[in-house]
Parts: sequence; structure tokens; C-alpha cells
Amino acid sequence: MLGLPAQSKGKWGSPVTDQGIGARLLRKEDERYMRGRGQFVGDIRLAGMQEVAFVRSPLAHARIKGVRIPPAHRGRVFIAQDLTGVSAIRADTSLPGFKSSLQPVLAADKVRYVGELVALCIAPTRAEAEDVVGEIALDLDPLPVVADMLQARKPGAPMVHEHWGDNLYLTSAIDVDFEAVKAKAAVSVTKELRTSRQVMSPIEGRGVVAQWHSRLGQLIVHTSTQQPHIVRSGLAECLGLDEGQIRVVAPDVGGGFGYKGILLPEEIALAWATRKVGAPLRWIEDRRENLTANANCREHHYILSAYADAEGRLLALDCEATVDSGAYSAYPFSACLEAGQIASILPGVYDFPHYRCRAYSVATNKPPILPYRGVARTGVCFALEVTLDALARKLGSEPNHVRFKSLVRPEQMPFDNIAKRHFDSGDYPEALRRAIEAIGFAGVRERQRRGEPDGRRVGIGFAMYSEQAGHGTSVYAAWGIPFVPGHEAALARFTPDGGLELRIGAHSHGQGLETTLSQVAHSILGVPHERIRLVHGDTATTPYSTGTWGSRCMIMAGGAVAAACDELARRVLAIAAKLLQAKPEEVRLVAGEVVGPAGRIAVADVARTWYRRPQDLPGDVDPGGLEVTAGYKAKRDTGTFSYAAHAAVVAIDPETGELEIMDYVVVEDAGVLVNPMIADGQIIGGMAQGVGTALYEEMRFDAQGQPLAATLSDYLLPGPTEVPEVRIEHMETPSPYTRFGQKGLGEGGAIAPPAAITNAVNDALQGLGAELLVSPITPRRIVEAIARTRPPPQAPAAVESPPGPDGHGLPGA
Amino acid sequence: MKPVAFAYARPASVGEAAQMLAAEPGAKVLAGGQTLGPILNLRLAQPALLIDIARIPELAAVGEDADGATIGATVTHAAIEDGRVPDPTGGFLARVARGIAYRAVRTRGTIGGSLAHADPAADWLSCLSALGTQVYITGATGTRTLELDTFVRGTMETALAKDELLTAVRIPRFSPRARFGFHKICRKAGEFAEAIGVVAYDPESAIYRAVAGATNGRPLVLALRAGVAAKPFTVAEAEHMLQSMRYAGDAYERQLHAAALRRASELAFAP
Repeated sequence: MLGLPAQSKGKWGSPVTDQGIGARLLRKEDERYMRGRGQFVGDIRLAGMQEVAFVRSPLAHARIKGVRIPPAHRGRVFIAQDLTGVSAIRADTSLPGFKSSLQPVLAADKVRYVGELVALCIAPTRAEAEDVVGEIALDLDPLPVVADMLQARKPGAPMVHEHWGDNLYLTSAIDVDFEAVKAKAAVSVTKELRTSRQVMSPIEGRGVVAQWHSRLGQLIVHTSTQQPHIVRSGLAECLGLDEGQIRVVAPDVGGGFGYKGILLPEEIALAWATRKVGAPLRWIEDRRENLTANANCREHHYILSAYADAEGRLLALDCEATVDSGAYSAYPFSACLEAGQIASILPGVYDFPHYRCRAYSVATNKPPILPYRGVARTGVCFALEVTLDALARKLGSEPNHVRFKSLVRPEQMPFDNIAKRHFDSGDYPEALRRAIEAIGFAGVRERQRRGEPDGRRVGIGFAMYSEQAGHGTSVYAAWGIPFVPGHEAALARFTPDGGLELRIGAHSHGQGLETTLSQVAHSILGVPHERIRLVHGDTATTPYSTGTWGSRCMIMAGGAVAAACDELARRVLAIAAKLLQAKPEEVRLVAGEVVGPAGRIAVADVARTWYRRPQDLPGDVDPGGLEVTAGYKAKRDTGTFSYAAHAAVVAIDPETGELEIMDYVVVEDAGVLVNPMIADGQIIGGMAQGVGTALYEEMRFDAQGQPLAATLSDYLLPGPTEVPEVRIEHMETPSPYTRFGQKGLGEGGAIAPPAAITNAVNDALQGLGAELLVSPITPRRIVEAIARTRPPPQAPAAVESPPGPDGHGLPGA
Repeated sequence: MKPVAFAYARPASVGEAAQMLAAEPGAKVLAGGQTLGPILNLRLAQPALLIDIARIPELAAVGEDADGATIGATVTHAAIEDGRVPDPTGGFLARVARGIAYRAVRTRGTIGGSLAHADPAADWLSCLSALGTQVYITGATGTRTLELDTFVRGTMETALAKDELLTAVRIPRFSPRARFGFHKICRKAGEFAEAIGVVAYDPESAIYRAVAGATNGRPLVLALRAGVAAKPFTVAEAEHMLQSMRYAGDAYERQLHAAALRRASELAFAP
């Protein structure tokens, strides 16, 4: 009996009628993760393996005049001139006007940011490799540094890539009848907003183990990546090898968030050097490398104007956005993924008639900016939603007044917005209404009127966004970056004993795909979960995929697994019909069994027959058997748009600037949820990162491009005590374009919190006349914003009881 | 981030440890390792020899008498938090200990290590400065006792000579009428303090001290004049105290330290 009982009691206590799509199934992968039995790159030990440490540039901009290597270290230290046959990393886009940067694997003539790789050092242990690093002397000729993106845009600024003539990778622009708004608008606001540079902080950093396998003639690279097939393409391009000569394995990966989607120069350097020295090599990124040189993200600047009519309906946005893209265009997403998307995602969930946006992707002497969960949306949502609240305040209305007047309405769906984004489905006003209800808006306003006994100021804020996910060929062909996603492939096959094996080219590293794709297969074939295995993370054993990014896996890998299982089901039914002596149209798959008019047979028995007793098979059986590779594309590949309304209540201590998130509500719609519990987890995890963006995380650089945080005591991340218990409500409006109506939702939790929290802060401080327009909102920024609203300080007031000679007087004592 | 190679020694006694310190100029003392560990990994410290004192029995010893308690240098924050050692303040030490970093840090971190490291943001430095604490020191040639005020010379600077170890702290006994307040402001739970305010008041021994800690130097201690009311400070009073302490910081930092002082006084004098 393969099928599950029709009704069983789930481990979480509620009755479960189905273990397929929609079930709150506990995650299969947690068995190893929660017991500490995962296997990460750092767990790999190979015979003869040596460790690598890198010499990194201490200067943000300099000419390399020489690298002095003590003779004793010859043969274990390599510099750019040693890397014969290795090409620089090239991540161009085909967007008109894009200027290409070549990112060297090891810097050759110039260094362009602090932490850029200059030399690779090999030793038996990491400590000894670091000893070698300490003995390498760099002869650098400093150049003027440009560390600020607004300075970098100015004429005469030092140039990161001299042959460009300026520091602009790309200028993106859109104008939809903008000038006409000026005659129509009753009110407008203009705000200058900024999001600080951040660092993606997966618990596991990057790590690489590279070895040359002489029998296979193959380079085997174990690397902590979310896109193994893309890493293989990138390695092949840079090393001049055939892709078949490279196998990339991504074992367990301890958090991706976008950082693990990047081809790193470290990966190429190790891949080259392992062949050179004839030993497996390992590099494990440490937290200092992660913070200061590698995982940078998020730095945006906006000058944003919003125009409305007298009723509060949004008429136009006018934006000048600048993104600090750093020194190089990172592979594969390019230097323009952030700024290049701003114009298209800034309109958010709103319908308005006039629009203008210019966005600059700017090169600076800082590490390349990389895509982080939410990508440009976190900054865009912050700029737009904070400005909309300011507009509402100027209109004298509650903040959500402008939102309700301007949201795309459900009857308009599907809706093509002013930037030609195609919203597939949803009810945006309903999400906002539910958030208002759930957070208890009226109660918070009443509480604000009463005031707090402890002197704190309470504020409430909202923010909305939509999240394009699973967008495919048509979108990325227009970008023209090194990969364009096409059909997603999955392999499904029965084992001879009736188990089901699924193989996908994407990677699961926290998304729970080992569970959710099992749910998809279970929904179609009825195989019990304990008999379903997901194989992923190895180019040698999985179909090609662009990998895990853009919240695409539930749509694309889910669709592909379903397509493969559909075909398997067709073949199983055909065999079973013969075995049951029934006509094909008379048999059905029910809970893991094929049921015919006069009998039934377990799917596992069909599998056993195919593999072990082929003599029992019908003569016209499909020779492909019970192994299927199927491809999938959504009916429309412009992506699904999940969306949410976030609501935050904060309390601020005006004396110390301390902030408490008192309540937080997310009303979210990602279409049909395959596993609502995992969806909750995605939202909570994203939310924690959103709180980091909103309140803690800031990677500062000085004017010389020196990073000012090198450890996690300087770069603050929120911990369990800083992340509020979030209350989540789901709406489930199906997408008309995907296999089950599902939408991608992996990033949304990280998009809206900075906007919602900032709006709550500005609501709290409204009575004081203070306003915060920068993330993170630190206690110092709050206190100083309040202080700026006060009249300039006068001479200190006379103290009634001056200090005594021993310096310990007390007034009024 | 891995340390440079170093030698490791585990002396059996304080005397032996002091001899090792005297003999090896590149030696460093390892107790709980909660600061030294990261510093070693970052290669900010590159000692030739680590002298592990964590298992020297006399350094873990505690004792008390009518006048106060002696707490050995390698007693952990967790032991104090859990009330496993004498507390001559009637529970104040345990309350302060509970707020130090995280439990994992408290399980290994030691009171002596905290004082000898003399990080201005450390909780014990501020707390014990308010209590009239003495530190016991042993060197290769003898022992001495210093007031904590004298022992701490500045940011991560102490009076310890190259061959000396801090062996214990001596904390005077307070009367049951004593009141204490400790308020720490930090960006998040377990993070380094941005400001610490401490108030200790004992009408029976005429002790009334306020301390501003987590400044950019040693804790600023203010002995309050007899007759100052034992009640929560006003904002103006707290600001005035900082002025009397010659606190130097920008407007935000001043406001933070004044708030910490005021809130410590509120904790001390809560009805």
C-alpha cells in the first residue's frame, strides 16, 4: 500500500487530508540540519589537500609596481603574471550604453578596492598560509580614491576605469509624459533618501575545494553556490576549458541570499592553481573577507518626488536614483542589476499616469555590489513608501489614504503598469485592509493620543511592494547578461523498488525544496514522502539550470518536476492498464495506486515490473521507461508578482534613540502555497534581514575607501532578541500562468521592513517635526534628528549648585 | 583568520605563571579567552607563548568575611550570575553578571580577565568601580594590592607589570540598606555597551557613588557629597554630574551617558 491514509493526524496537530501541495509538512532536510549532520564545503577533507589564503590589496586605488615574494615561498605563491591562459571575469549586459569592466582574477596593473585579490598563497594549513601572506610585500603607488557614488558622478572625479571617461557603467531612463503632471498636480513632495551599503551575512561564508581529477581529466570544484551550472559556465569561460571538463558540486550551503550566486575570482584562482600544484586546494572565506571585500550590497541614493491630486491620488513619480555598484561588474548579474531595475520597479503596486526616472550605475573604489535578497526592491520600496507617507502627511491625511487611492485594483488584473510590468493577479487593497485590521490601527492611534507612561513615542507604519519572481527568457534576453533562463528541466525516475528520485539543476539551501518538490511529486504520483529523494547541487548528476535566484524555484523547478511527474504518470498508467487488462482511459492514479475497473496495482509494483520483470510488459510499452527529463516554462514568462502589506508599530525612546518593534504584521499573497509553513519561514527569515537593513546593518567606508567594519562587533546584525514575532496572514490568489497557481515569495520578507519601520518611526516623531530618510535608523540618527528640530543651543543654563572643589556638587541637593 | 604559531603552557600555580611571564617577554595570559581568542584569530595579538591560567586552583578560590568577599580571578561571569560565589552586595553582582554579553560568553569569561583587559565597555569595570573594589596582584617578586581606580589607567591599560597577574578582587560588604543601580545602553542584546551608568548607595557606610562607564577611557567615578538626596537624578542633575566627571563626548554621547546615569539612579532608588 503506497497511498497515504485519506486522513491522518499531522505532527503539528491539525488534521491533514493531503501530504501534497498545500500541506504544512515538516521539512525533510531538517533531519540533518537540526542534528548538525549537514555537509558543507568546510567539512570536506581530501587526501593531500592544501589551504589557500590570499594577499589582498590594502589600498582602494593604486598602481601595482611590484609584488615581492621571498624565495623560500616560490612555487606556493602565485600572482597575476603566473595565471597563463586565464581570462578576467566579464559580466556585460547588452543594454545600450553599458561600459564593460574586466574583473581580474588576481589584480595585475591596478587595484581598485581594498580587499581585491593580488596573490594566492598555499600552505598545509590556513594559519601557515596566512603566515606566508604576511611575508609578501606589495609595492603600490597610490591613486586618488573615489569612495562616494555621488562624488563619482561628478566631472573630474578620479576614474575607476580610466578608459571610460567617467564612472558610469550605465544610465537607465524612462519618461512617460512626465511634464504634463505639473499642470495637474495639487501637491507634491521631494525627498532625498539613502540606504547604506550592507554586507550579506549567511552563516556559512563562501568556500571552495578544487581538485584536478587526472583519470576523468576533469576539474572538480566543490563550492558554496546557489547556481552550480552557472559557476561551471563561468569557470569554463575564464579557464579556457570545455564545460565537460568541469564538474561543480554545491554540497549543503549555509544560506545563499544572492551572495552564493556570484562567480568569485577566488573560485577561478583555486581552479587554476590546483592543476598547477597538483594538489587539492581549499579556501574558506573568513568573516573579515566576507565583510570587507566580498559580500557588499544595497547602497542606493534617491531624490524622489511624488505628485498627487487634491484627493490624494498619485499622479506621478519623478526619480533620480544612484547605485554604488563598486569597482567591477560581478558575474553573472552585472553591475546594473540594481540601478537598471529601479525604473521598472519603482512604480510599485500603484497605478498612476505620469512618470520619469533616471538611474545611474556608478563605479567606485569599493567592492562590487552584489544582488541581495530583494535585490533593488528593498531600496526602491523604502524610497517610494517613505515618500508616499510624506505626501500623505502633506495632504493632511492618514498615510494609507494615498495608497488606497492609488493601488492597482483587483478588477484591473492582469495589469500592465506604467513601466510595462505585467502584474498577473491579486487584490492589493484587500491586503492593505487586512494589515490595517490585523495591526489594530485604530487602537494604535488611540494609544498615541493617550501617550506612554514611560515617555516613549509610539508610531505605526505601513509599506507595500510586489515581487517579480520566476521571470524568464523574455525578461533576461532583454538584459543580455551572461545567462538567460529558458526552459527549466527536471528529471524524475522510479527506482526498481518503487522509490522516486527527482533531479533538479537548481539548489536548495534553506528554501525547503527537498520537501516542497516532494510535495509536488506526491500530488501527482502519490508516492509517499519517505520514498521520494531530491538530488541537486551537482552538475554531473543534474540537468542544466540557471540555479536558485529570483524566487524562481517553486515556479520553475516546481513546474519542471510536475512536468516530469506528469509524463511518468502517463507511462505508469499505460503499463498498469495493460497489467490490469483495462483500457487506458479506464485507469486512474489514486493515492499511489493505479485503479482500474476490475483491480488495482501499486505504482511501486509497476516500477518493479518495468525494471525486474520486463517479460510482463506490454509489447508497445514506451521504451523511455520510468525515467523522464522534462522541461517547463510558465505560460507567460514575465514572472509572477507576489505582494504584501507590512505593518509595524514601534516605540521610540527620544532620550536614547532606542527603538522597540512592538508589533509587526505581514499580509502576503504568493498565490497557491505549496507549503504554508515553509512560506512562513521564508517570510520570517527575510523579515530578520529586513530588520537588519532597517535598524542595524551598515558597512561604512572612509574617504580613502577603507572599510570601517572588519568583525561582527563593528557590523551589527540583528539577533533573535531584535527580530519581532511577526504575525503572518496569507491570501492565496492563484497566478494564472504557473502550473499550480503558485508564485515566488523567497525575497519579500526582506523587502518591506525598512520602509514599514521607517514609516512607523516618522509617524512616531511627527509631533516633534523630525523625519528619518536613511537606513539603518540608528539610535544616534534618531537622537540627532530630534536635536535638529530644536532651536540652536544657547549657553548652558546656570547650575543652581555649582560643583564643589571636589567636583561633586548636585543641584538642589 | 587563524593565529600565528604560539607556544602553550599550563602552569600549576600563580607563582609558576608569574615566573613564566617574567621569563618570556612575548607571553600573554589566557583565562576565559573571550577577548583574547578573537584577537589572536585577527592576529592583533601575536604572542610567542600563551599561559593558560584557567586551571590554577588558587585563582578560582573565593572567600568571605564580615568586611567583604574575595573572588578569584578565574571565577566566571556565569558563576556569579548563578550565585555560586559569595556576593557582598546582596545580589547586585548577580544582576550585573546576567547582563554580560551572552550566556556562552559568561560560561567562559572571567571577572579577572575582564578587569585585566580593561575594555571601557566592560560591565565589571564600571560596576566594580562603584563598589570600592581592590585588586590583588602577584608578580615574580611578590604581591601587592591596588584600588581598582588606580589599577585601571586608561583604555585597555592597567598597572600590571609585565610579570604580574591579577589574582583576585576584593569587594567590600554592603549593608542590607544599600541600594544599587546599573543601566547599560547597547545597540542590541549582548553587544558592547555604548553607555553604562552605575549608582551605589549605602547609608550605613556613607558610600554614595555614581559611575559613568563605557566612555572612551577609564570609568568616571563621582563620589557624591554627603547630604545628596538618595533619590532618582533629574536630567539636569545627570548632565551636571557628567560635567563634574569631565566627561568629553559629543552631544549624542553626552545624552546617552546622562540617560544611563539617570536610569541607574531610578533602578537604585525605585520605591
